[in-house]
Amino acid sequence: MCEGSHRATKAKQLALALALARVRSHVRAHGRGPGPVEPTRLAFRDMVDEATTAILARPTRAGLTVLGTLLGVAAFVAVLGLTATASGQVSKRFTALAATEVIVEDAPAEPSTADTPFPADTEQRLMRLNGVRNAGTYWQPSFGGGEGRGVTVTARPPSIDRTAGEPLTVIAASPGYLRAIHAQVSTGRLYDAFHQSRNQRVAVLGRAAAHRLGITRLDMQPAIFIRDTPLTVIGIIDDVDRQPDALLSVLTPSSTATTLWGAADAADGSPPKVLIETRLGAAPLIAQQAAVAIRPDNPDRFKIIAPPDPKQLKEQVNTDLGALFLALAGICLVIGAVGIANTTLVAVLERTAEIGLRRSLGARGRHIAAQFLSESAALGLLGGLIGTSIGVATVVAAAVGKDWTPILEPATVLPAPLIGTVTGLLAGLYPAWRASRIEPIDALRR
Amino acid sequence: MSIPETGAEALHISSAAGNTPVIEFCRVGRTYSGPPPVIALRPADLMIRRGEYVTVVGPSGSGKSTFLNVAGLLDRPSEGVYRLDGIDTAALNERDRTALRGRRIGFVFQSYHLLPHRSAVENVMLSLLYTASSRKRKRKRKMAAEILERVGLSHRMLANAGQMSGGEQQRVAIARALVNRPSLLLCDEPTGNLDTTTAATVLQLMDELHADGFTLLVVTHDPGVAARGDRAVVIRDGVLREADPEQLTAEAVQATVGDV
Repeated sequence: MCEGSHRATKAKQLALALALARVRSHVRAHGRGPGPVEPTRLAFRDMVDEATTAILARPTRAGLTVLGTLLGVAAFVAVLGLTATASGQVSKRFTALAATEVIVEDAPAEPSTADTPFPADTEQRLMRLNGVRNAGTYWQPSFGGGEGRGVTVTARPPSIDRTAGEPLTVIAASPGYLRAIHAQVSTGRLYDAFHQSRNQRVAVLGRAAAHRLGITRLDMQPAIFIRDTPLTVIGIIDDVDRQPDALLSVLTPSSTATTLWGAADAADGSPPKVLIETRLGAAPLIAQQAAVAIRPDNPDRFKIIAPPDPKQLKEQVNTDLGALFLALAGICLVIGAVGIANTTLVAVLERTAEIGLRRSLGARGRHIAAQFLSESAALGLLGGLIGTSIGVATVVAAAVGKDWTPILEPATVLPAPLIGTVTGLLAGLYPAWRASRIEPIDALRR
Repeated sequence: MSIPETGAEALHISSAAGNTPVIEFCRVGRTYSGPPPVIALRPADLMIRRGEYVTVVGPSGSGKSTFLNVAGLLDRPSEGVYRLDGIDTAALNERDRTALRGRRIGFVFQSYHLLPHRSAVENVMLSLLYTASSRKRKRKRKMAAEILERVGLSHRMLANAGQMSGGEQQRVAIARALVNRPSLLLCDEPTGNLDTTTAATVLQLMDELHADGFTLLVVTHDPGVAARGDRAVVIRDGVLREADPEQLTAEAVQATVGDV
């Protein structure tokens, strides 16, 4: 009997435990359980309807409120889009020119005038390397007399007029240099291997140098005078793709310059250099091989200037500009958020009687908060959508105007309306909280 | 205990349930904490049964508004027991009080409290926003339209509330209060802002609602309005006292409540 009673007690305990588990499960599933009346509720769709109706009821105010977020999001999309577009363009240009340029500079440990850094056949040696398109030596001859790099160049013999003349840079360059900088003549021609080999006293002028000397036509075979040395002008360079200093200079064959003014003097401050134009992608390899090709006996005397990695450069441009403009866009968004917060707060104060009415009709504090939050979020979303459109249009217009390819990252454009919505939501938090705390009895007195 | 949703056809409330109490005040009083404490409503007993038309009269500052706020669940009594539809309101939390207010009480205010940018039908639908069982907008619109038709505004459903006359606005407000099929229609000076002719129309509507079985509690200054009820309650210095509505002529009200 005692055993039977024990069993019965066990069964009762088990039943009680099961009942408690059922109650706990019900509470977990249904919350606190039903009250004496069915709680009031606000369906999501009704909340959206209410927000839309409230915004449309005051379209001018809504428009002005949206402006801040609109500008913020537009700035956000535009600056990121423009940054991406511009850096893409920088990268494109960089790839085309700078990435194909290697400069070899003579930098001996102990400079000596007796030593010629670059052999006469430097161009030929470099051209044998696979990947080199053009190469040429260049330097600025030393004229002594304290004239520095700029020497007086005249278009009339100094014996006739010593006061005339323009201080211009003279560059002694082999014909390969002219090819490497992609010199394009507007009139005449460039000097070539013939002029170089025969030490011809000829010169080509950069466009700006020719303008300063008053030389515009070559049919009369004009001459220029560098100090007392006459050189026949055989061409005027209209444009170059690299080394734009050449447009301000007088260029003469390096062999002629050596004959007239002596070999390049590294100690004089203008060391001789070699400009190498490579095929795309070959620059790093050529940078490794050039010194050995020029002076296998002493490759370490040269300093090689190779282009930086274009990808790295692009990323750097992106990072620097992106951080700056993101900060500006952030400021715009904060201003927009303050605008929405201010307007929503004013709306709460203006609509206190309406809040009281809604409370009397069964709205809970959270329903009122949700309504004002949804209104501010809707304003933010509206600003975000219009701002994104304006931002995209700005990027496309700017890119088309510059003949660039517009670059719009989906990661920037797609979340932009969401940023507007979040801004609106955050801006509405305090006013919504204030609205939810208004007692109906106080609100109905207004 | 959930309130069953009634259909539009149930607008006419049967007076068969005439003995059921809607409002029960058992020593209900309201004192505002000071300093010094102000006794706005002295402990009083009051019972209003389903289908009754009770008017409340009293001078300014007599405690009328306090009585209305307590009865409308906008304020809590500081003492006593208040039962609405048999539910002890003191035991309710804020969520349930709000639900009880939204589902069982229809408010009609002196200044209408309509949303001026919305149409009459949208104003009435506002009452269904938090309480309707159906989430379908079409269904809510149909319910609102039926009530507006009942108050004689079927031709003005789409008119903006702000562009309606005072009488029309008050009828929209009454429709908004009715659309939820409340147990109690609480009217605060319903004709206070209306001219005599328009007021008569609104009072006629309220008489019809009473005849339909609605329970009305009307606060008024107007002895003519006070006399229309089945019962009258006079408040003076926070004290509630029953009076015979037949005796509430202008002179009697004057004598009872003083300068109103």
